Amino acid sequence: MIHLQQVSKTFHPGTVNEVSALRSTDLEVREGDFITIIGSNGAGKSTLFNLVAGAYPPSSGVIRINDRDVTREPEYRRAAYIGRIFQNPMLGTAGSMTLEDNMMICYRKGFKGLKISLNRRRREFFQEQLIDLGMGLERRMKDNVKLLSGGQRQALTLLMMVLSRPALILLDEHTAALDPKNAAMVLELSRKYVEEYQLTTMMITHNMQHAIDYGNRLLMMDKGEIILDVSGNEKSSLTVEGLVDRFHRIRRRELESDEARLS
Amino acid sequence: MVEGILVEGLLYGIMALGVFITFRILDFPDLSVDGSFPLGAVIMAVSVVNGVPLAVALLLSFGGGLAAGAVTATIHNKLKVPNLLAGILTMTMLWSINIRILGNRANLPLLRQDTILSEVVALLEPILAPEWAVLVFFIGVALAIKVLLDVFFHTDLGLTLGAMGDNQQMVVSQGVNPEWLKLIGVGLSNGLVALSGAFAAQYQGFADVNMGQSIIIAGLASVMIGEFLLNSNRIGLLTVRVLLGSIVYRGIMFLGRYYGYHINLTPNDLRLITGLLIIGALMVSRYRSGRSESARLRKSLRAGAP
Repeated sequence: MIHLQQVSKTFHPGTVNEVSALRSTDLEVREGDFITIIGSNGAGKSTLFNLVAGAYPPSSGVIRINDRDVTREPEYRRAAYIGRIFQNPMLGTAGSMTLEDNMMICYRKGFKGLKISLNRRRREFFQEQLIDLGMGLERRMKDNVKLLSGGQRQALTLLMMVLSRPALILLDEHTAALDPKNAAMVLELSRKYVEEYQLTTMMITHNMQHAIDYGNRLLMMDKGEIILDVSGNEKSSLTVEGLVDRFHRIRRRELESDEARLS
Repeated sequence: MVEGILVEGLLYGIMALGVFITFRILDFPDLSVDGSFPLGAVIMAVSVVNGVPLAVALLLSFGGGLAAGAVTATIHNKLKVPNLLAGILTMTMLWSINIRILGNRANLPLLRQDTILSEVVALLEPILAPEWAVLVFFIGVALAIKVLLDVFFHTDLGLTLGAMGDNQQMVVSQGVNPEWLKLIGVGLSNGLVALSGAFAAQYQGFADVNMGQSIIIAGLASVMIGEFLLNSNRIGLLTVRVLLGSIVYRGIMFLGRYYGYHINLTPNDLRLITGLLIIGALMVSRYRSGRSESARLRKSLRAGAP
């Protein structure tokens, strides 16, 4: 479904601040995959997401989605079939607008016309969707979204994202800014939606246990490279200790080969 | 006197609605207003003098403002210039363009010409005195524009425009090109401003290329005063409060003009007063938000205590 071919990204090329955020990377995401991505800060996880979402173009390489070359397609075009949720709950909703207005904006993607679509039937539909969240938000349809808590806003963002039935969703540490209880709730909700609507998903997380528990495939990134890609049974038998262990093994092997080359 | 304040308030209120769209809804501080206001006035004046049908002349003024706003938005979108600078560029260029439109002069009188206002006065002559006829006309115009704006901001496009100033990333995530939204929003805003300029030219009886000077500050002051009068998140009330704010602002200016001499004020001091008014409004709203924050803090501390 998504195909990255020799994709790399370098920031500030030719200056002292040059950073290789992503080194030449190949990645094939299959339809229905639920991929979790781990790695330390600066490993290139968010760069990978930004490239897939189209926030900026890659320095080199080709990105294909459903066999179409989208390397130069701007973010707002790709957003028609990609849903993305950020770490910051503020980025998914418009705080000074009401719940129902927010849901209306997200109901259908693409350019909006001069139609008034928010009618009673639509409101009832939104209300039913909110009841499913079980947070009592259905009684607050006319409240401004900024009055909601971070967890509520993130849950609402998730709901609004699946309303438009995206082909791919990118979850960018979307529970990192929430307290443990809300984080667990939002994560469970994500899993529910992914299963219910068969969404192809990529999820960045800092929590190794979550990375192991969720999804069918796990990527580990370090220094702009994907250093580990496991799926299926191999993934389900992973443990946190085993994961840390493998990380050190991979990195030591490289270190040794570097030393061998230098000596 | 009262009818004069009301007429001015509503007339410039149309301009303030435009300023409200850019400053408050789009979060795009657009200074081209200082150029598009006289643009509307000069287009109207030249059309009236040349016998263009009045309705067409109004449409031309609106279209001129729309184009001016589109230029500002395009400079900002394509050259990635800060929006303030883009507005100043358009405003500066419009000064020359306005003089060109007037045929290389700085003003054009409309005395003894048939304008919309003189027609309205003639039409309502049997029942109303001229100044009240003008007031009735402007109540109708301002309300019509207000209602049209309210409807527009209930459409899917209008809602998305509303989200734009709040959260541009959300708009992008919904598959909408933010550049188009800025173009539409800034264009609409300047169209309204130019329309207001067209009415101002007819009301004053002349068009002058300098009549837009610091009009943006007047618009901003009106918007801010309005925000003290009413608090709501419903667009229908938001537009009403802009018009009310504009009327109050004109009232204050009127007092300054007619009674200011008791304290040695001259009309030249009005801009200083407007500026101080805005600074005062900013201070009060800062104080208010600080107070409500500390109130929330106290509340949550109390709630946290056993």
